[in-house]
Amino acid sequence: MTYHTEALIIELEALARQLRVESLRMIYRRQAGHPGGSLSAAEIMAGLFFHHLRLDPQNPDWPERDRFILSKGHASAVLYAALALGGFLTLDDLKSWGDLDCRLQGHPDRLKTPGVDMSTGLLGHGIAVGAGLALAARLQKLNYRVYTLLGDGECQAGIVWEGAMLAAKYHLNGLTAILDYNDVQLDGPVHEILPLEPLIGKWRSFNWHVIEINGHDLRQILESLDLAQEIHDRPTLILAHTTKGKGVSFMENNAHWHGAVIDSLQYKRALAELGQEVTE
Amino acid sequence: MTGMSMREAYGQALADYGEQHPLIVTLDADTASSTFSNFFARRFPDRFFNIGIAEPCLVDVAAGLALGGLVPFANVFASLLSLRALEQIRTCVCYAQTNVKLVGHYAGVSDYKDGPTHHSITDIATLRALPQMVVIVPADSIEAAAWVPLIAEYAGPVYLRISRAETLSVHSLPPVLQIGKGIQLRPGNDVTLVSCGAMVGRSLLAAQALQNAGIEARVIEMHTLKPLDAEILVKAAEETGALVTAEEHSIIGGLGSSVAEVLSGNCPVPLERVGIADTFARTGPDPETLMDALGLGVNDIFLAAQRAAARKLKSRRIA
Repeated sequence: MTYHTEALIIELEALARQLRVESLRMIYRRQAGHPGGSLSAAEIMAGLFFHHLRLDPQNPDWPERDRFILSKGHASAVLYAALALGGFLTLDDLKSWGDLDCRLQGHPDRLKTPGVDMSTGLLGHGIAVGAGLALAARLQKLNYRVYTLLGDGECQAGIVWEGAMLAAKYHLNGLTAILDYNDVQLDGPVHEILPLEPLIGKWRSFNWHVIEINGHDLRQILESLDLAQEIHDRPTLILAHTTKGKGVSFMENNAHWHGAVIDSLQYKRALAELGQEVTE
Repeated sequence: MTGMSMREAYGQALADYGEQHPLIVTLDADTASSTFSNFFARRFPDRFFNIGIAEPCLVDVAAGLALGGLVPFANVFASLLSLRALEQIRTCVCYAQTNVKLVGHYAGVSDYKDGPTHHSITDIATLRALPQMVVIVPADSIEAAAWVPLIAEYAGPVYLRISRAETLSVHSLPPVLQIGKGIQLRPGNDVTLVSCGAMVGRSLLAAQALQNAGIEARVIEMHTLKPLDAEILVKAAEETGALVTAEEHSIIGGLGSSVAEVLSGNCPVPLERVGIADTFARTGPDPETLMDALGLGVNDIFLAAQRAAARKLKSRRIA
């Protein structure tokens, strides 16, 4: 396991903040999108896209690149922001999100957007599709790893557990799932809509290796991603405790901000809280 | 008759094809001994994945394997594939355009023993409605085997509909097949019988009976339900002036609906549709008896052809 310098952590924290700003910019501009789950995943996405994943923005189809599936496809804003800051897109591209014939669909589309490995949107597919990809890597003796970011609400879907059983059956150590556990879904708190607990117990009993972290702590994120590579007999779930709407006080832990859009006052206030001047 | 069920012929062809093509992988959802994907499994255990009774997972894993550059053949009963896994097919195969071959077994009412829960009489309707999907319905065992290399080499989603039964033999040799190109099996200018799957052999028998009654019926095998061969249909409508469709599928959304969609916009002529009425089928003693009881008999095609021909004559008299 590599030691992560304080300088790296600080740099990634700044990038996570920037992912929040760009996500909100996109959602405000378009007056559509999902702010809550984009903000909760900012550190996870920063850790993946700006440090951990082996990617080449100049060659987005590089056969040996690590694969990333945004199973919680509604957080497309933070994915597009990461692709822009990561060099797959330009910041200008982000302005076209949602335009007719633009490259950025409402939810990720692998055929239209460079850097998107799988089209997602309806929840639940990341684990099972990721398991297929990890099997393919093994059969073809390629070294890439497969990552998928899940929402907590989608763990209510049966397909997640079908995929989890299958990945464990084949000991797919090349598959790592990160669960953005912000405990808020569209209609309210996850623990009220359909409780998932004991969630760690569930994943462990499905023969996954589980690492529990604070999903806003970049050092923990990087270390857990490294640790997952040390597990050789099973897939790993990184259960990342997060706050929905993290970084914008009035959005935090509020189900309203799962898919609500922001007006100009809210936008200014949100960006101010993120230490960003509003220029539009 | 080859003495071999369609599923067995398919299973052998897939295993044979896998011999020369290492990118072919096969999946099943706990039906490998029924679909005969176990022929492949025995020869290539490392390239076979039994997903268990989890059809949505079957399709998603196949999509992942395809994303990784492999050519997955995903096998399970057509009823489960087309109903339980439909969202996965829509999103992860069609929308994402992954190179997945979906093979729906025990199609139509060929699983006569198990009854309506196991029948698949709406799969053509649902799958042909999905953008990007190719839908293939072979007529007999020889043809089913012949499709395996073709669909493997086609880049994109395909649905192959396989009967549990040994259907009436249509082809004595592997036919020349092209996706989207119907086959004229018999000439005739009084009426055209358009059919797919197990109803092709029955349509040929009906055409013989019609000849004895003085009606020369053209017979077209429409093995590709999507993309549909509009050219052969319009030509048949222009030249014979009346059509009959015959399918082992619900009357809603299948071959008859597909043909009606083409004719209505191009060459509207009398069309009679033979299919399963808007109802669930039932358990039967064997596929042939059950199909007869459901209005899919040779005589049903014969009578439909007479009706279509009579409507043609009547409309011409009025004109």
